Amino acid sequence: MSHLAQTDIAIIGAGPIGLSAIFACGHLGMRCHVIEALSDVGGQCTALYPEKPIYDIPGFPSIAAADLIARLVAQGRPFAPHFHLGQQAVKLTRAGDALSVEISDGSTIAARAVIIAAGGGAFGPNRPPLAGIESLEGTSVHYWVKDAATFTGMRIVIAGGGDSAVDWAIALSQYARSVTLVHRRERFRCAPASLQKLDELRRSGRIALKVPYQLAALKAESGKLEAIEINHVDGRHEQIEAEHLLACFGISSNLGPLRDFGIALSGERILVDPFTMETSERAVFAVGDVARYSGKQQLIVTGFAEAVTAARTAYDRVFPDSPFHFQHSTDRSAPHLNLEAHKVDTELMTVARTAASIET
Amino acid sequence: MISIFVLDADGTSHTIEAKPGLTVMEALRAAGLPLKAACGGSLACATCHVIVAEKDFDRVGPPSEDEEDMLDQGFDVSRTSRLACQISVCAELDGLSLRLPRRS
Repeated sequence: MSHLAQTDIAIIGAGPIGLSAIFACGHLGMRCHVIEALSDVGGQCTALYPEKPIYDIPGFPSIAAADLIARLVAQGRPFAPHFHLGQQAVKLTRAGDALSVEISDGSTIAARAVIIAAGGGAFGPNRPPLAGIESLEGTSVHYWVKDAATFTGMRIVIAGGGDSAVDWAIALSQYARSVTLVHRRERFRCAPASLQKLDELRRSGRIALKVPYQLAALKAESGKLEAIEINHVDGRHEQIEAEHLLACFGISSNLGPLRDFGIALSGERILVDPFTMETSERAVFAVGDVARYSGKQQLIVTGFAEAVTAARTAYDRVFPDSPFHFQHSTDRSAPHLNLEAHKVDTELMTVARTAASIET
Repeated sequence: MISIFVLDADGTSHTIEAKPGLTVMEALRAAGLPLKAACGGSLACATCHVIVAEKDFDRVGPPSEDEEDMLDQGFDVSRTSRLACQISVCAELDGLSLRLPRRS
């Protein structure tokens, strides 16, 4: 599936900063396409700590990460961004002023500017450091399950101690010939109901529990997994015969293809001019945690400001023949903002202000 | 300033200086060691996993329950494993030895 999309700005990463860039660009009249490796927006906020309260967003004494993301999505909605979820930006090419971002499914997004808001890089499953594991991924080694029925009659080892590992062990026990759940300690982090179900299936022999054990090595023959070696916390080794391994160790980020975009890096981050947020490549910007400059702080609020700066500089790249006419978002004659979309919030603000003035 | 001895995943030894007030994660990263801190030290990942030498584990202490939950996402987690972002550099930890786990 390969098609060409044309837009003003290609935003790489739909975490809090990438999402804020939708508004920052839209407010200046620039449309955007947003590329996100995970199947949902929100970056670290959604993936790692949705329930956690964030205390350092100005204007919000305390806000749950998931709520912040919901508000950012709502804020960008009037500008009708196009999202490409479950896609990674894999290549950046240039033809004069035209930039092109190729994504995982082969599609290309053509834009006049690119804003990289990739955080630590695209999120992907944590890969156990076992020799030969990469060549088995997709066939015998898995990080998620698309269809439980494909494991019918197979022997599977599931490694992990959280919701994913336990829920998949329960689901696959209905199809697989054998399910062995390997975890490094006695305690599983999952819903009480799942724990109960796990215990029932263990007692009925449908799931074998190997605790406290960890993955040690893979034994494969002709590209197919045959057995998994596990070791006990006190050093004892055991081998479990299996055709499949499901590794549930959470996710983390990797700069991946961004490293080869031809832009100047500093370690795992992208060097930018702090006054414009532009990288070493004209009209390519980096904002948020992925950006690096002297004095850079890894804060959401800092990233928000960087996205606004990048949008302002991008304006000159996208509309080189148009002078920049500055307008506050509160300007009642602002042509770019769809004020109707924000009307509900405006009414709430009026009520709050009226209540406050009555109290004083 | 205190000294921390680090054996990296390739078997190379490093001696780094660490300032009290920072975490061991910050000290190792400031010294240029390849220790990731994906969540910025907020106890939301396991990328700063280090293995403390047996002789020093009493000084450092065991992980908290929240830290154990994140260590579940680590590999080759041992009895003396800790997340470096949860260890504060202080005078009592002078001469601390630790090693980095093997990488994917």
